[in-house]
Order: sequence, then C-alpha cells, then structure tokens
Amino acid sequence: MARKKRAPQEINAGSMADIAFLLLIFFLVTTTMDVDTGLLRILPPPVPENQEPPPPVKKRNVFEVLVNLYDQLLVEGDQMDVSQLKEKTKEFVRGYGGSDSHPNFPEFKPTDDEEVIKYFGEGYMVSKQVVSLKNDKGTSYGMYITVQNELAAAYNELRNELAQQRFGMSYDDLLKDERNKDKVKAIKKIYPQRISEAEPKDIGGGQ
Amino acid sequence: MSKFKKKGDGDMPAISTASLPDIVFMLLFFFMVTTVMRETSLKVEQKLPVATEVAKLQRKSLVAYIYIGAPIQALRDVYGTEPRIQLDDAFAKTSDIPIFVEKVQRETNPVEIPLLTYSLKVDNETKMGIVTDVKQELRKVNALKINYSTKKKIVKN
Repeated sequence: MARKKRAPQEINAGSMADIAFLLLIFFLVTTTMDVDTGLLRILPPPVPENQEPPPPVKKRNVFEVLVNLYDQLLVEGDQMDVSQLKEKTKEFVRGYGGSDSHPNFPEFKPTDDEEVIKYFGEGYMVSKQVVSLKNDKGTSYGMYITVQNELAAAYNELRNELAQQRFGMSYDDLLKDERNKDKVKAIKKIYPQRISEAEPKDIGGGQ
Repeated sequence: MSKFKKKGDGDMPAISTASLPDIVFMLLFFFMVTTVMRETSLKVEQKLPVATEVAKLQRKSLVAYIYIGAPIQALRDVYGTEPRIQLDDAFAKTSDIPIFVEKVQRETNPVEIPLLTYSLKVDNETKMGIVTDVKQELRKVNALKINYSTKKKIVKN
C-alpha cells in the first residue's frame, strides 16, 4: 500500500527560452516604440456668427506670407525662396524699434506686463508684430510644414538670442528648469509667436 | 606556428544555455515597458514631413490621431488615389470628425478634456485643402489643440 516516496522530478527548463522568445516576438510585433513628435499649434476658437469683425491690424505690423498652388512663396510682396524666409522673419519680428525710417517694420509699444517689467525694466518696448500665413488649397502639406517650421525657427532663434543676452543661457536651458518659468514667460511676452492663419480662401488660382 | 595548433585540440566544453531564458526575459521586459500597443493599422500612406522645431507629445493617452493621405497600395483598386481621412480603423469623411471628437472626449476623464491633443498625421504629398477642412471641423467642435506630426530632422552643423 504505502508507496515509496520518490524525490520530486525536476522540471525540464529547456523550453523556457523558447517560450520567452515567443512572447518577445509577440510584443515586438504588436507594439510600437515611436514617440510622436511634431509642431504643436492652438487653433483659433470658432467665430460666433453675428460678431463684429475685429479692428483691422495696421499693414506695417503684419508680415504677410503667401504660399501658392505651386508651392511658391510670396513674402511681403516679393517672391522668395524658403531658405531666406527665416532671416526675413527674424528681421521683421525684431523690428527697428518702430522708428519712422523703417515704415515697413512693426510699431512698438511700452510693455504693461509684470514679468517683462521685472526682468527688462519699466517701459521696455515690445513689437506689435503679427505673422500672417495664407496658403492655397493646392499647396502641398510638406511645403506648409516647411514654412511653419521656418517661422517657428525664427521665433525660437530670437528668443534664444534674447535669453543669451539677458540671462546668459540658451532658451532651451531656461525651458528645462522649472525655476526659470517667469523668465521664459517674459521672453515669450516680448516675442510672442503670433502666427495668424486666415480663414481658408482660394489664392493663387487653386482648383 | 605549432604554438597555436596545440591549443585547438582539446575538447571544447558545451556553452551553458541555462541563462538564455533570463536574457530573453530581460529583453522581453524591456520591450514591454518601453513600447505601447499598436492601436490602428494604417490604411493611408504616411510619409511624414520633417521639421527641426519639434516638440514631443507628452502623454500618449491624451492624444487622438487623425491620419490623412492617399490609400495604401493594396487598397488603391477600391478607394482610388485621392487623399482620404482615416479615423481609428476606417476611412472617414470630414463630416465624421465631430462624432470622432465626441467619442474621444467621452473616453477621456472630463478633467483632462482640455488637455486632449489631436495629432494630424498627414502625408507629405497631400494638398492643404483637405487638411484645412479638417482643421475647420476641429475648430467648430472646439478641439483646438492640434499637433502637426513630423519627423525630427537632425541639423548638420
């Protein structure tokens, strides 16, 4: 009756690797690793129907960028290559202090923002610049992104220059540290990224 | 010469594979932690444009994707080559976007709805017409935070 007690047999672990490989391959196939990167933008809120049109912006404060159906650029009335767009935008946004000798560059007004006053002093002059981007229905998305990227790059470089000049560190470094939040705010107030996109319209003879 | 020959003669002991499962498990856990489940299978071409001034999207659970592009090769016979919108797993029209937004918002914690980002994954070759239409639809339903998905270009100095 009483059976002899046997030592428990050892489980063969030889196939463990195979099982693990199987799982590994399953995860490799069904999952993705890519981190989504891109250009973040906030769309303007919808316009209520019976709202008065906003007061017109002075022409000298607007930097007009048009992209037509053939992916060609018209900047402030001149045809231009994308490679020049960044420098032009920077020049415009930086402005010439609103002096009358440069009638095509934006006006300036003294700041009323507390962060700017805190770091740059009372009466710091801030440009009233706006970048207006219009594209045709037939413009390719690749071109649109290139233009958006150049405009963003212009702003980022200006912010970087200002950060270097005033705080002695790059804008990227300022962004990394939570303690510099006010400084970042001040810089953003001086060079606000105002890229306005018109309500869609056919320009440049789209289909 | 003969110096080297002598060594090879001895019987090589078999390499122990006992630690192989451990190594594979380590790899497995690495992949389980660093990756996320694929949610949709793409039905449209996706050659994303490149840009330098990109930002990373922080929380994947708060991102909804809108794919736009020409149908992939296998679907061209049925759907043609005109760019189309893909929401979740199916082709959609621009008029379907409000419903899609509502669905996404319903699945999100109400507190976090303002943080929802709509990532537009648009093929390089697409014309702006369809993209503008999508943006207008998003504006109408107050889904204002968008992201133009791009690849990061490495700047050569």
